Amino acid sequence: MNSQRLRGLIRKEFLQILRDPSAIAIAFVMPVFLLLLFGYGVSLDSKHVNIAVVVDHPTPETSSFLGSLQQSPYFNPIQYPSIRIARQAVMSHHVDGIIWLRSDFSRNLLQKKLAPVGLIVNGVDANNARILEGYIQGVWQNWMNQRALDSKSPLLAPLQGQIRIWFNPALRSQDYLVPGLIAIIMTLIGALLTALVVAREWERGTMEALMASPVTMGEILVGKLVPYFIMGMGGMLLSVAMALFLFKVPLVGSFWVLLLFSTLFLLAALGMGLLISSVARNQFVAGQIAIIVTFLPAFILSGFIFDIRSTPLPIQVITHLFAARYFVASLQTLFLAGDIWPILLWNGLALIIMALFFLGVTWRRSHKRLD
Amino acid sequence: MAPFTQKTGLMLTRIWALVIKEFLALLQDKKSRFVLIVPPLIQLIVFGYAATFDLNHIPYAIYNEDSGFASRELLGHFQGSPDFQQVAVIEKEGQIAPLVNDQKALLVLHIGPRFTSDLLLHHPSPVQVIIDGRNSNTANLALNDVNSIFLSFDTNWAADHNWGGFPVQLAITSWFNPNLLSRWFIVPGIIALLTLVITLLVTGLSVAREREQGTFDQLLVTPMTPAEILIGKAIPGLVIGFLEGGFIALVAVLWFHVPFMGSLSALILGLFLFLLAAIGVGLMISSLALTQQQGLLGVFLFLVPAIILSGFATPIANMPELVQDLTYANPMRYFLIIVRGVFLEGDGVSLLWPQYWPLILIALVSMISASWLFRYRI
Amino acid sequence: MVGSPLQFLDVAKKFKRSKGEVQALQRLSFHLAYGQIIGLLGPDGAGKSTLMRMAAGLLLPDSGQVLVFGIDTFSPDNRIQSQIGFMPQRFGLYEDLTVQENLDLYSDLQGLNKEESQKRQQELLALTALDPFSKRYARALSGGMKQKLGLACALLRSPRLLLLDEPTVGVDPIARRELWEIIKALKEEGTTILISTAYFDEVERCDEVILLHEGQLLGQKTPGEFLSPLSNHTYLVNRKDSSRRQLQEELRFRQGVIDARIFTEGVRVLCMDLQIHPASGENWVPVPPTFEDAFVSLLGQKNVLADSPELPTRILPRHEINPEVVIEVNELKHFFGTFEAVKGVSFQVRKGQIFGLLGANGAGKTTTFRMLCGLLPVSAGILRVAGVDMRRASTSARALMGYVSQKFSLYGNLSCNQNLSFFSAAYGLKGKERRQRIDCALQEFQLSDYRDVNTDDLPLGIKQRLALACALLHDPLILFLDEPTSGVDPLARREFWQRVNGLAEGGVTILITTHFMDEAEYCDNLVLMSRGEVLAQGSPVEIRSKARNDVCSQPSMEDAFIYLIQEHEAVIRRFS
Repeated sequence: MNSQRLRGLIRKEFLQILRDPSAIAIAFVMPVFLLLLFGYGVSLDSKHVNIAVVVDHPTPETSSFLGSLQQSPYFNPIQYPSIRIARQAVMSHHVDGIIWLRSDFSRNLLQKKLAPVGLIVNGVDANNARILEGYIQGVWQNWMNQRALDSKSPLLAPLQGQIRIWFNPALRSQDYLVPGLIAIIMTLIGALLTALVVAREWERGTMEALMASPVTMGEILVGKLVPYFIMGMGGMLLSVAMALFLFKVPLVGSFWVLLLFSTLFLLAALGMGLLISSVARNQFVAGQIAIIVTFLPAFILSGFIFDIRSTPLPIQVITHLFAARYFVASLQTLFLAGDIWPILLWNGLALIIMALFFLGVTWRRSHKRLD
Repeated sequence: MAPFTQKTGLMLTRIWALVIKEFLALLQDKKSRFVLIVPPLIQLIVFGYAATFDLNHIPYAIYNEDSGFASRELLGHFQGSPDFQQVAVIEKEGQIAPLVNDQKALLVLHIGPRFTSDLLLHHPSPVQVIIDGRNSNTANLALNDVNSIFLSFDTNWAADHNWGGFPVQLAITSWFNPNLLSRWFIVPGIIALLTLVITLLVTGLSVAREREQGTFDQLLVTPMTPAEILIGKAIPGLVIGFLEGGFIALVAVLWFHVPFMGSLSALILGLFLFLLAAIGVGLMISSLALTQQQGLLGVFLFLVPAIILSGFATPIANMPELVQDLTYANPMRYFLIIVRGVFLEGDGVSLLWPQYWPLILIALVSMISASWLFRYRI
Repeated sequence: MVGSPLQFLDVAKKFKRSKGEVQALQRLSFHLAYGQIIGLLGPDGAGKSTLMRMAAGLLLPDSGQVLVFGIDTFSPDNRIQSQIGFMPQRFGLYEDLTVQENLDLYSDLQGLNKEESQKRQQELLALTALDPFSKRYARALSGGMKQKLGLACALLRSPRLLLLDEPTVGVDPIARRELWEIIKALKEEGTTILISTAYFDEVERCDEVILLHEGQLLGQKTPGEFLSPLSNHTYLVNRKDSSRRQLQEELRFRQGVIDARIFTEGVRVLCMDLQIHPASGENWVPVPPTFEDAFVSLLGQKNVLADSPELPTRILPRHEINPEVVIEVNELKHFFGTFEAVKGVSFQVRKGQIFGLLGANGAGKTTTFRMLCGLLPVSAGILRVAGVDMRRASTSARALMGYVSQKFSLYGNLSCNQNLSFFSAAYGLKGKERRQRIDCALQEFQLSDYRDVNTDDLPLGIKQRLALACALLHDPLILFLDEPTSGVDPLARREFWQRVNGLAEGGVTILITTHFMDEAEYCDNLVLMSRGEVLAQGSPVEIRSKARNDVCSQPSMEDAFIYLIQEHEAVIRRFS
């Protein structure tokens, strides 16, 4: 590596970045835009869910229960005169479920008989339906406990679950989604930044001129890597700052470890982009490959939203092929749980291997020849 | 009449020629044929299995300080459940943290030393559940499962040990998806997801590419009108989208066993309108772009939010108002409701009308602007 | 011959294409002498660019050896690259960097230290007259300036061997002249220069010429040696009662005539032997041979044209010839934002004319041209094509037009046949008629051998033929040709012009832009543009006479072009 040639290449790349607003847009505007949109938009915390309430025979008990439903931030109960109309409301997606207090509700309640409260949920979105069920169970149990306290009778249930939720006591889905989002966004940016730049040099004929100069292929690659690495790190820091100050995700682990992992991941992502770019040699194919191998796998196979532990074993094996997986796991741990080295070591090692692999293959593939 | 039919005849010849040409350009090249066919199929299978919220084999650890039979009974409930998998038995408080931290166990059950004796004295007895909240959704669902096991223990215990009248329970029925399988929810979504990606790949760069290679000028100096160019460029996307969309729907039913309850015509109409809207957006991006690079960025900038903010994985209702308003411009939002409605809820055409007309509107607006841009974007 | 600047020893090179292989170079051996300008000439696909890239070490031979200053290009270090300067076909500039930044980049890559580089850059900026533009973006430079900047970048380390791959393609005559001044200056400094070109006048300025054909060496001689066998074989022929075009058609097929070309003064004829075959009424005057004659006589026999005497016939339309005005342009203007690219241009084109649009790079001729074709909206003025107002009903006019664009824009991943099928249907041809026209086109344009080959894999000359065939399928009244010969080899150019002449004879109106001044001679009428304005209008003879002055009594078209444009620019400078 000749430092003068390298300096020249890096300066050139920076000048090109500065001149081409799209590169700056990719590195700085896109993370902000996407993080804002998704940070607010992607949430698994249902609030103010419309739910139909059908009361066959109003009593003091039913109105007390309705009152506690209304107080819950999760529900927006809407009274329907009959179960038939409520069903129609479910069909037309006006409400996500029905709570049905039958005419014998109060009587059975007072006699401590098993008087089921009917709960009907629209199960199409299974996950949401489950969460909804949990919320209603919670409201119901609270109401029952409150009644027991008021009537000074002993608490009723034998088991008193004491739930200790570690790392994210309020179970705010943003706290786990935002770190994952950073990983997804950085995957996109890393691949987009580099996938097109080498292909562009081939297409515009400048690669030929570069190669006819004494510059080596290693210098050309490093000359591409350094500027986009710096850009990517800028985007990364911006995203982290937004996560901390805008979305108030706590950072339990150390900032320096976070920086280290970002470095490793970015090297892998940029390496993949460079590889795509040097394989494709034209922007059209490079772009198509980048869309297919970066975004969708990062979205679905990284553990960002779908827990990898829930998938069948063959799929779990496949997820190991994507760098985003390791970065998502590291970020979620770093942000919420801290520097837990048994997890970090293993993921960090995987990231190092991926970065070495992509950069190594790119380097080996790039001969200073045109054919 | 005669000149009119001759004119339409000419028009059809020209459109047909363009359709043939587009197909040849797309499918003749080995690389681009591969890109259009193989990755979507792989992704269909992989994502079909990978995209799930259902927990099974929740890894848990036991810290039992009680030696009585009640704790053994409670643990028996857990061991008998297919949802849980015991990974460790621990003896010291200090062992909890490493297990949870390293994600070896998602949750730890801590039963105190006085558990059995309390219960026998008819005292409600505490059980501590320590759960890893890093993935809040997983934690939420696991807690639901823990609660239902607790509830069944309570019911048994109350009946066997004369605990007295047990409180009213919720009788839960889920419509359309009785076992609440998230696959039933996700796999129809994949139809929308992959169809959108393919359509945008086919149309999103087609005009930009011709512009860059100069062939678009050649096209514009022929007697073809912008409308003819639009139709000729839309048909290949429509055909490919239909074939792949249809195939994915078949796989959903036959391979993933997602029930198909509704009317086929409602689905076909929905797919048709969705494809029109997606093609319109693709052609609009493509004719707005001067270079392929810009086209590609445009496709990305549309595709990524369109997928994440469509209700594919997370409900639109959870989004802030402003973002919810944005989703009204997203064709995938409507199509997702259509596919899921037809597959799971048994919807027909009449019930889905509120989803059809926004798609028609998006298709019209985007296609009209695309054909205007053909000539006036320079 | 150790230490020759460039030595090829039995070099062969193959390329894989989508269908089969292409032998680019076969058993090629030659070496260059120090300090000379060596021209590399050959038709498209002869292997010129491959040879250049191999000399720069960018491609390696399949067999044989390439030695640069005695160093094998297989050697892994970059000793070769630090001794040569290489300018690829598209100049290899970063368009989004300024002139200065491009120079800085290549100085760094060449490892010049600060003082060296500053000194050298000053020299080069002065040499290329780019001094005033050092802060300008490369993309904002004209074609000629880009080419000079590309050259400057290749010259930073004063290379001992300079490789220039078709540096003058698509560049106007003024810029070409300037480039040659620089090349001569470099020769004085002792640099060996290998330049590939499609211009015969450039070849004649070289010390030695390498003629390449189908990857093989046809000869390496001085231009004089190429010409000497042809003395007394060339004549200028005139006949009173017929047009030059008719005369040329006749002479071309006469016994013993290898070649006949139209000149302003008459038809130039190249004969096979020394016997002259004048027919009655003809006036034959001997003229000295040019390199074009040598090229044709060496390669012409291999040219397909020679075998097809009745070239343009069936497919070519026969329109009635009358003095009807087909294109009418009056005070035509176009604005890009606030920039006035075309400033009130007016001219008329009559039916069956070949009408040339000339101008330096950036003179506004492409803009004018695109408005004529209906590709750009007209900002102001009148524009009628075939009596149709292009501002309103351009669709109906388009059915009467054929268009060949600068880059021969065809669908690269479709075959010849598929391209023809598509364009025939796009122009509304159907059924039997369509099949017939396509068959005719394949035959007339000798494309049958290539019918299933993807257009991307075709040599440029064949692409151009196909583009012309596509534009003629629907029997157009007017043919628009935008730099249709740029980058095409001399033989393909001549063949092309024969077809165009035939078309004009058949009554097709032809509008053409070109950078080749010899082609301007073929036109019936010319418009010379500069900075969006018309400088001169008229027949080639009239235009040339405008440049007649004390210095130049018999100005060539090129002299006239340069004179008129420089004079105009001087006027502008005086007033601004």
